[in-house]
Amino acid sequence: MLKVEKLTKMFGGLAAVHDVSVEFEARKINAIIGPNGAGKSTFFNLISGLRKPTSGRILIDGHDVSRLRCDRVARLGVGRTFQTTHLFEQATVLDNLIVGHRLRTRSGLWDVLINSSRLQREERECREKAREALDFVGLAHLENRVVLDISQEERKRVAFALALATEPKLVLLDEPAAGVNPEETEGLARLIRKMAEHGLTVCLIEHKMDMIMGLADKIMVLNYGEKIAEGTPAEIKANPAVIEAYLGSDHDAAA
Amino acid sequence: MRRFASLFTHPAARWVLLALALGFPFVASSEYQVYVMATAFIWAIAVYGLNIITGYCGQLNLAHGGFFAVGAYALAILTSDHGWNFWPAFLAAGLVSAALGAAVGVVSLRLKEHYFAIFTLCVGFIIYLLIDKWEALTHGAIGIRGIAAPDGFGLVDFSQTRPFYYLALGFLVLAIWFAGRLASSLLGRTFMAIRNGDALAQSLGIDLMRNKVLAFVLSTTYAGVAGALYASMIRFIGPEEANPNHTFDMITYLLIGGFGTLFGPLAGTVGVVWITQSLQFLEDYRMVIFGPLIVVLVIFMPRGVVGTFLGWKLRKDAEAARADARPGVDGMSGTEVKPHA
Repeated sequence: MLKVEKLTKMFGGLAAVHDVSVEFEARKINAIIGPNGAGKSTFFNLISGLRKPTSGRILIDGHDVSRLRCDRVARLGVGRTFQTTHLFEQATVLDNLIVGHRLRTRSGLWDVLINSSRLQREERECREKAREALDFVGLAHLENRVVLDISQEERKRVAFALALATEPKLVLLDEPAAGVNPEETEGLARLIRKMAEHGLTVCLIEHKMDMIMGLADKIMVLNYGEKIAEGTPAEIKANPAVIEAYLGSDHDAAA
Repeated sequence: MRRFASLFTHPAARWVLLALALGFPFVASSEYQVYVMATAFIWAIAVYGLNIITGYCGQLNLAHGGFFAVGAYALAILTSDHGWNFWPAFLAAGLVSAALGAAVGVVSLRLKEHYFAIFTLCVGFIIYLLIDKWEALTHGAIGIRGIAAPDGFGLVDFSQTRPFYYLALGFLVLAIWFAGRLASSLLGRTFMAIRNGDALAQSLGIDLMRNKVLAFVLSTTYAGVAGALYASMIRFIGPEEANPNHTFDMITYLLIGGFGTLFGPLAGTVGVVWITQSLQFLEDYRMVIFGPLIVVLVIFMPRGVVGTFLGWKLRKDAEAARADARPGVDGMSGTEVKPHA
């Protein structure tokens, strides 16, 4: 599904991502972990096209997307969330989600001027898609609530819904459980699993280890921009390089 | 309170507003008042343009006054120096502003946030300098006189204040109508997604450059049309029309009315123009009242008069809807409440 070959991103002389190759299978939940500054968010930005790689290739279902602009990549089926999603707070939840399906529509200025039947049809489709996505994340009852009035966890779900409204094949979730309590984290984990069950390939960055270990099919560990390990949660837990990266090299000596 | 507020958002409120505008010349105490109102309408059209790029699309354009002057000068040069009839010249003025907007937009919109604002501030100033110095084309500081009034085809004489007032009103209604249609359409939502953040908009598959340039061109077209109307009303223009101060006046109108709202530009422009008029007797001291008034408004109504009102109403409506829906949606608490019934 997603294949990354020798991906490198340099910022000046600093390699934020260095020579990373990895393959993520379709319909699986893949996690990227690593200490702060390990290059996880840069990795996401490269895949989603927000930044261009210095070298290397990114293949989605065999298409090379590494040189494509972000909006083109999104059209090919990559949806994403950010650590903080800036929603339009003074509008309702549904109003925020309608634009999510915009990339699958074609209406332009002329359609607006003459209020064409195409525009009307596409607006209806966008609205339906937004409702569908909102229903999927379990917030159908919040449709008409103002974003300002909903909780942090609900905002996270709205951000998921926005990404889902783009009809992605691959979703990139950047710290989906940051800033929510343990119970809510559990709920979000169930939602992520539901995404995979519905045929989506999920890729997430997360710091909450309990959540990752119980959720991920495959974990990739980054440290200083380099891949230091990949495997199942059990393999990662037992990997000495990972333990060293997280706890420091004098861990054994101290123990 | 909420019911009273609903009167303003009721669809019929627009027709009442239109009726008031149509009746205004009959209740105005002097022709001067009608003239001031027509001027306010013309500025409001330009502010609607600013609202598209800055209010909906979130890009602070500080060249707006410049494009207003470009429209004014295009009409003035074509009718006065080249003897064009009004309507073809008017159409050309709109097209010139749109074309110049496209050229400036493609370059300036590569910049983000305050860099874009600074760049457009410079563009506005360059337009002013060109108009002031390019004497062969613009007659420099002497200005242009003998600008054609709108051609009424022998039916109406638009060089009279009242007929012109209705013409300006007609264009304003058209401007609001299109802005309203735009704002509620997918295209308007696309602009607003860009306002919420470039990165998020891109990740939703929105082509940033294309949409920003489109919003920019729409805004400069509005400015050019307003400028052309302005030139044909006052019939004499000079480089002062391109003074960058006008841009900041328009931003003030929009700030007070409410960025990104449909009736903010109208409320802000007409409101401020009349406040300024009624403080004329204070001469330069009017700023002593006007300045603090703006400060108070910005502190207590950061989203402008219309924006703050709509935000308040949206939440009140949502609360009311929740209160109505509670027994139905939340079955558990519904049964618990039963013993009281």
